[in-house]
Amino acid sequence: MKKTYSSLAAREARLAFWMLLPAFTIVAAVILFPVVANFWLSFKTVGLGDLRPPTATIREQVTEAPQHPGDELVLLYRMRNSSRTVPIQHIQISAHIPPGLIPARLPQHWQIENSTLTRVYPDGWEGGYTEDIEFQFTTAPEYFTPEVDARRPTNPQTVSRARNPLLSANLTLENFRFVISAREFWTVLRTSFVYPFLGAFLSIVMGIAAAQLLNRQFRGQGILRGLFLFPYVAPVIAVAFTWVFFLDPFSGTVNTFAMELGIFEQPISFLSERYYRVELFGTTVRLPLALTVVILFDAWRYFPFSFLFILARFQAIPDQLYESADVDGAGHFRKFFSITLPQLYGVVTTLFLLRFMWTFNKFDDVFLLTGGAAGTRTLPIQVYDNAFGRANIGAGSAAAVILFVLLAVFMALYFRTIREDIDE
Amino acid sequence: MNKSLSLAGLSPAGLLSALLMGALATALTIGIWSVVHTLSTPLVIEVSIPHLLLIGAALGLLWALVRERFGGRYLHSWALGALMSVPWFAFAHTVTPGIAAGAVAAFAIAGRVTAGALRGIPMHKLRQDHIEELAVRVLRTGALVFFVGIVLFPFLFMISSSFKTRAEYLSDPLNLGFSLSQPPAQLFNGYIEVLTRFNFGAYIFNSAIIALATVIVTLVPAILGAYAVTRLKFPGRQALSKSILLIYMFPAIVLVIPLYSVFTQLGLRDTRLGLLIVYSAMTIPVALYMLRSYFQTLPRDLEEAALIDGLSRFGVILQITLPLSVPAIASVGLYVFMIAWNEFLFAFMFLDSPGIFTLSRGMIMLDDQEVPRQFLMAGATVITVPIMFLFFRFQRLLVGGLTAGGVKG
Repeated sequence: MKKTYSSLAAREARLAFWMLLPAFTIVAAVILFPVVANFWLSFKTVGLGDLRPPTATIREQVTEAPQHPGDELVLLYRMRNSSRTVPIQHIQISAHIPPGLIPARLPQHWQIENSTLTRVYPDGWEGGYTEDIEFQFTTAPEYFTPEVDARRPTNPQTVSRARNPLLSANLTLENFRFVISAREFWTVLRTSFVYPFLGAFLSIVMGIAAAQLLNRQFRGQGILRGLFLFPYVAPVIAVAFTWVFFLDPFSGTVNTFAMELGIFEQPISFLSERYYRVELFGTTVRLPLALTVVILFDAWRYFPFSFLFILARFQAIPDQLYESADVDGAGHFRKFFSITLPQLYGVVTTLFLLRFMWTFNKFDDVFLLTGGAAGTRTLPIQVYDNAFGRANIGAGSAAAVILFVLLAVFMALYFRTIREDIDE
Repeated sequence: MNKSLSLAGLSPAGLLSALLMGALATALTIGIWSVVHTLSTPLVIEVSIPHLLLIGAALGLLWALVRERFGGRYLHSWALGALMSVPWFAFAHTVTPGIAAGAVAAFAIAGRVTAGALRGIPMHKLRQDHIEELAVRVLRTGALVFFVGIVLFPFLFMISSSFKTRAEYLSDPLNLGFSLSQPPAQLFNGYIEVLTRFNFGAYIFNSAIIALATVIVTLVPAILGAYAVTRLKFPGRQALSKSILLIYMFPAIVLVIPLYSVFTQLGLRDTRLGLLIVYSAMTIPVALYMLRSYFQTLPRDLEEAALIDGLSRFGVILQITLPLSVPAIASVGLYVFMIAWNEFLFAFMFLDSPGIFTLSRGMIMLDDQEVPRQFLMAGATVITVPIMFLFFRFQRLLVGGLTAGGVKG
């Protein structure tokens, strides 16, 4: 009896395994593996150019072209390793000598057999290796036929072997040193915290206000709810470009409008000025302008997310709470601060952590608005810029590792919070 | 003074709130009218806020008096408001017949709004809770205008700009209106250029194909996985269940460098297949999580009965679980479609060949000094409209997806 049971359980477990396998395989290959690989890359000196295995390249040049049969032809092979750091291990060069081309003198180690010119480099080339080789030929009448390409008569080919630079085990801390010692690193780190913190905060405040507004039945409530979700549902690239244009100093609506009203005299380029100076009580206060705009964009784009959750939470607050407050004669404001807000505590904490983490990782928004200029550079932008702007994959990965470690701390916090929520 | 007021039946607090609400309601209504008018026509309407507040206060007071005396029908408030446009004309700089008609209508609305603002508030005997009610009305209206304004404005700007040439918008950046009387080829020039010369027709196709394929490639493993996690017993089930959400939190920016490197070496980078693989992997965890939550709410009795009757597991899934989950699967599918359609980072990083660009990637090609803003905004509209259409058509489903996709509970 017991045996049947256990074999049934084993069969169920086996079925579960097969059913989970497709999801697990994709996630493991495209999410878990890259995270590990990112750690690996952060300890390696790898440039963008090293992603393709290095190849032995040869550029063929005719330095002295023959005019008539019997003239001399001088041919130059400019050879180099396409990678400046990674060696190539074994190289075989072969070229076809067209009829009518008679070698006058062959450089050492080069051979011709059956009109094929060959050379083998058994020890390969170092990274950054270059060599120029000259060949001298005399020409016969057969050479002067249309089949022969007079500019590249021999067309040399190479076969080479190189180790994949991503796999070699020479590890270094250089990338982390590079990232941390960068002049703007601490500013970037500060921006990386300020931006998601204020962005999350504002989007939640707006979410509460919007939810409070729609938390009752009235005509048009459904339409308004749909409308309020627009910024969240629309593609980021479309809304980011729209913001860039209406904030434009010359043709944007905001500047023209504010100048028409006399709010400011000069047009302001909201997305490319680091500071906006305000005279306050005789002292000049510097407002981080571009950063503020990026934070406002974030609040605008993500308040619908908070709005949805808070609205759902509102609808779960028991009516009796408000009814008994009515009996006690509590007003609107009293009810909001004493009943509604405390009831939101859980969902707001969760939302804040979630929004904070997502904004902390967010690349698209800042990149599309400012490209990280004017004091809006965050860690994700730094990752991109190191890896692809400076073509330094290693340094980009190191920045990504720093981001991931910080994120892991927030995640731990988040999962502790939602566990408490569930326990309640 | 006091005596005349009590004759009119207004207490000092009532008087004050009538003045204040009238001023606010009028300033708001006329303000909105002037902004809408300025944005939708070449004419700029300048309003002097102090004058507007004065007129509004007078309107509030008059309405309060009319209401105390005659009981106050809304019809009267419209008429009273329209009448208050007369003093406004005295201050106005330029008045065309169009502006005049608009102003009269706007002031009529202001009268109605003032009446609404003071509705149910006894002006002769104002209590604490009445004052609070008034404050709530002010906040509510302010918030409503604020939210509708900030949500609508960028989209209106986007659509309007897609119909305006460079010369048109530079001559009057404040005017968001556009003339519908021009020939269609001229009006839709931005769209025609973007769809033909800039190849957006092909990009729409690519985006749609990739998004649809992502939906299918995500749903199949997610449905199987969610079923296994909710219905089958196996060691490590709890741990797996928890880690799904954790994986969903992994940031794309951490994945992008290794995936770029490996996909380059495998020759998958600049291909639609590569993008499809990445999008599916990014959406499988959340889809699995959402479907798991849904499957947990489905009764098991039916499935168990069917199993006892000799139906196989896959028979159960196909004939019982799936038909019962159609709404949830549609909701998850829409959500995944939206993510794939809107995705920018990987499309931007991976795609180099214009033939396989998605819309997000294609938009970057338009981001060039040489390309007029009109074309960019036409492109933005092209990428936004399909997702908005889906959203409105299936709002209920998509909202369900958004909510379940975010956090638990």
